[in-house]
This record gives sequence, structure tokens and C-alpha cells, in this order.
Amino acid sequence: MDQTNIFIEKKRAEILPDHFTGRKFRDRLFLAGVILFSLITISFVFLIIGSLVLKGYHQINWAFFTQVAPDTFTAMMAKSSGQLIPGGIVNGITGSLYLVGIASVIAIPFGVLIGIYLYENSNKRYAGFIRDITDVLQGVPSIVVGLIVYLWVVVHITHGYSVLAGSVALALMMLPLIIRSTEESMKMIPDTLKEAAIALGTPYYKVILRVLIPTSFSGLMTGILLAVSRILGETAPLMLTTLGNPAINWSITKPVSAVPLLIWQFYNDPNMVDLIWSSTLFLMGFVLTLNLLSKWIAGKQNS
Amino acid sequence: MNSDKILKYTLFTASLLILLISGAMVLSLIRGSMTSFHQFGWRFIISSQWDPTQGREQYGALLFIAGTLFTSVLALIIAIPMAFSTSLFIGEYFRNTRIASVVSTLVDLLAGIPSIIYGLWGFYILRPFIVSIGLSPQGYGIFTSGLILAIMIIPYATSLSNTTIMMVPNELKEAAYSLGATRLEVIWNVILPNARSGITASYVLAFGRALGETLAVTMLIGNANIIPTGLFSTGNSMASVIANQFGEASGLQLSSLIEIGLLLFVITTIINAVGKFIIKKMA
Repeated sequence: MDQTNIFIEKKRAEILPDHFTGRKFRDRLFLAGVILFSLITISFVFLIIGSLVLKGYHQINWAFFTQVAPDTFTAMMAKSSGQLIPGGIVNGITGSLYLVGIASVIAIPFGVLIGIYLYENSNKRYAGFIRDITDVLQGVPSIVVGLIVYLWVVVHITHGYSVLAGSVALALMMLPLIIRSTEESMKMIPDTLKEAAIALGTPYYKVILRVLIPTSFSGLMTGILLAVSRILGETAPLMLTTLGNPAINWSITKPVSAVPLLIWQFYNDPNMVDLIWSSTLFLMGFVLTLNLLSKWIAGKQNS
Repeated sequence: MNSDKILKYTLFTASLLILLISGAMVLSLIRGSMTSFHQFGWRFIISSQWDPTQGREQYGALLFIAGTLFTSVLALIIAIPMAFSTSLFIGEYFRNTRIASVVSTLVDLLAGIPSIIYGLWGFYILRPFIVSIGLSPQGYGIFTSGLILAIMIIPYATSLSNTTIMMVPNELKEAAYSLGATRLEVIWNVILPNARSGITASYVLAFGRALGETLAVTMLIGNANIIPTGLFSTGNSMASVIANQFGEASGLQLSSLIEIGLLLFVITTIINAVGKFIIKKMA
């Protein structure tokens, strides 16, 4: 009897410092680990954006937005005399806007139409197949998209690097994003709304134009803005399709520059290093603004 | 024909565009790589010779395949603890709180940063850091590119995981709590078994992302045409070799680069299909 008691006391002594060795401790330790790793993850956002701001702000001036990129010699001269590199990235900014504009004109109408098709026929096998193919398309690496558009447009249509080729590449990357976001935001519309319109004898195209699209408008906008912010920073496919251009160009069959292409060019040219950070800061600011804007629209819709 | 019919046909025709695009993509990649395939056959995949010198041109993709797989696997290994913690942070511990929505917005921003910015940051900030702590003399190589790839894929591995973690029914968790389980035990014995397939799928899809990343890897892997021998060895990846050599390539070399593109397309499509399959089985 006595011995059993002693044994129990001994066991209890082993278990008692619960806060230090037991299940509770492991629970706490795990929570600490989760918080630590989460903090590390989000710290990268601040590390990356912080270093862009610190290194890039002093090159941002009026000329940065109004002049084309300097040539290597000018940059070298300015650098050796200790001045800021003259010139800016206006050829890249106009080029980026041009490329993204044409890509949107191609991708948005088709994307929305296909998205509506998937929403209307969501239970059909064929629609499921189209959905799978769309996912495949979304997973194609951007460099491979560039290769394919090179084979299609650069070789056969414009016979050289061109705005058209770059826009088609970007449109191919946008299309799956638009399709999925259209379908998802249409799914959120209550069926009763659609049924009410149909019950009034409205032709179906009017149901789409007057009910489906207006009610899912903020969802569509969110998807479009996210897609644009995604392709705005794409570099690899543009290297294979529009190459770059030292001047501003508005001809659709000629090469054009883009902000990410300029960054790549600056990166490869030791004289231009100072321009890298300001261009990167600009691109990052642009992409972030679109990203946050889309979040804001999505948030407004939910509340 | 009434308007409803016209609409139906318009929508259907638009959906054919997707089939047309994907079919044409595969066909033109195959057609473009024919020259190289006739020359090297299946040896292309197992040969690691890459010599563009005129007269004794010799191309094989093995070393690029190896570089791509090494960096992506390393990226996944580094990303998993981060992504797992972050998805628990958002989906379980601080679920529906303000701080969770801040963290989730920041993780989404991480997904929005363009590849070239990751590359530059890796080149100018991370690489010197790796040199300064003495891990590698130049800072280039598998480790550095794997690390930057890991940061890039964390958001993809996180977003799907935290939605599946949130979907685990409350009754199950409450039952475990009522039996005296700690939170860790609930996570381990209730949440994980229930959310397992969603979490796995998100890691598979994130891996697929890593395989196709181009510029960030190009700037950091060292672009040496060798099969990587260790963590700090340099190498080259499939996407990088296309980006680096495409400009000057023609003839057989161009065709070989297109064949590498085709291989990359096939590999990423298989990985993505596996991920989607896991998700479908879960639903």
C-alpha cells in the first residue's frame, strides 16, 4: 500500500512541472514557432519594398518620367563625373501601357465571354474540360508562352519583334485569370436575381448585360486589375517577343520597350546600375497600387 | 434565329478559342523542336552535353532538367515550414481577426511582386549577404536561387492551405477540445488529417510555379552548364537557358531551346494536373 503511494507521488513529480515539459509546453512552443515563421514570411515584403525605396528614391525626378533611357556612353560620363544619370524611362512606361492596353483589349472580352459560358454550363462535361484546359494554360511558364508567341507572331505575322507579339503573349497570360475570376464572381450572384429577370420574359442576352454583368461588376474589376498587375511585371515573355526599343514607338509592328525590359537592360549594363532601383521602385509602386486597389474593391463588395 | 440562340453560339464559339490556343501551343512547340528531335532523338533528355560551337554542335537537356528540379525541390523544402505556419496563423490561430487579414494581405502582396524584382533583390541584397556569412564565395548557385524561389512560392503554398484549414468543421475541433486536447493536439489530430489533401495540393501547385520561374533564377543560379553537385554548386535551369541563349540562337540551337521549352511545358502540366487531381478528389 505504502509502496503504491510512493510510486504515485514519484510519477506525479515527474508530471507536475507541466508548464515546462508537458503537453502544454509543447503547445506553447508550437504557437511560438508558428508566429515566428509567419513573421519571417511577411518580413520579406518589408525587406524587399524597403530596400527598393531606400535605393531608388533619389533617382526619381521629373526627367525620370519625361525622358527616354540614356545610352551607355551618356550614363558612363555622368557617372564618372559623379552626377545623377540623366534621362528616364518614358519609353518603357509608354511601351508598358501600350502592351498592357492591347493585351487587355484582346483578353478581357474573350475572357469574360468564356467565363460566362463556363458559368452557364457549369455541369456539362465539355465545360469541365474547358475549365481544366484553362488551368493548364494558367500553369504554362511565362518563358514558354514567350517561345510560343515568338513562333506564332514574330516568325509568321510581323516578321520581327513587335508590339503585337508582346501583347499577344501578355494576353495569353491574362486570359485564364480573367476566365476564372469571371466565373467565380458570377457564381456569387443569387439565382433568384437571374430567375426574376427571366420570369419577366427578358431575352437572355439582356439578362447577361443588365443583370449578370452589373451585379458582378466589382468582382470582374477585381479580377481584371489583378490580371493587369500580374502581367505588368512580366519580363521573360517580352524578351522573346518585343525585345526593347530605345525610343518611344507607337507602331504595332515595331519593337517597343517596357519597364521590366528596361530593368533587365540596366541590370546587364554596369553603367546603368543606378537607374535599376528607381525603375524597380516605379514598377513595384505601380503593381502594388493595382493590387491594393483590387483588394479594396473586393473588400467593398463584401461589406 | 432568335437572340438566345445567337448568344448560345457566341459563348460556345468563344470557348472553342481555349481549345484552339492550347492545341496550337502544343503543335507549334512540337513542330519547332522537330529538327532537334531528328538529330538527337530521346538521347536529348539523358545527355548533358550543351555545346553550341559551330561544326560540333551537341545539345542535351539533362543538366538543365537537373538544375530546375534541384532548385524547385529546395525551394519547396524551404517554403513548406513558412507556408505551413502562415496558413495556421491565418486559418486557425488568429482566424477572422484583424491581424490575420493584415498578414494575408501582405502574403498576397508577396505573390504580386514581379519575378524580375525578386531577381534583383536576390542579386544585390541576398547574394552579398550569403557571401558575407561565408556560405559561398560568389553567392551564386542552387542555394541562393532555391531560397529566392522559396520566398516567391510561399504565397501559392499558403493561400489554398489556409482556406482548407478554415473549412475543417468546428464540431470536430470542439469534440477534441472537450476531451482535453491542447490546441497543438487538435491541429495535429483533427485539422491536419481533415485538411491534408488541400494542403498537399497547394504544395504541389507551388512546386509547379517554381519549375517555370525564369529571371529570378537566371540572375542567381550562375548559368554554368554543369549538373549541380551540391547545395552551393552553380548550375543552370531550363527556363534560364531559354532566356539567356534565345537571342543569339538559330537553326539547331533554336530548335533545341524549343525542345527544352516543350519539356518544361510537359513537366509543369503534369505537376499542375496532379495538384488539380488532388483538389478534385477532395471535393
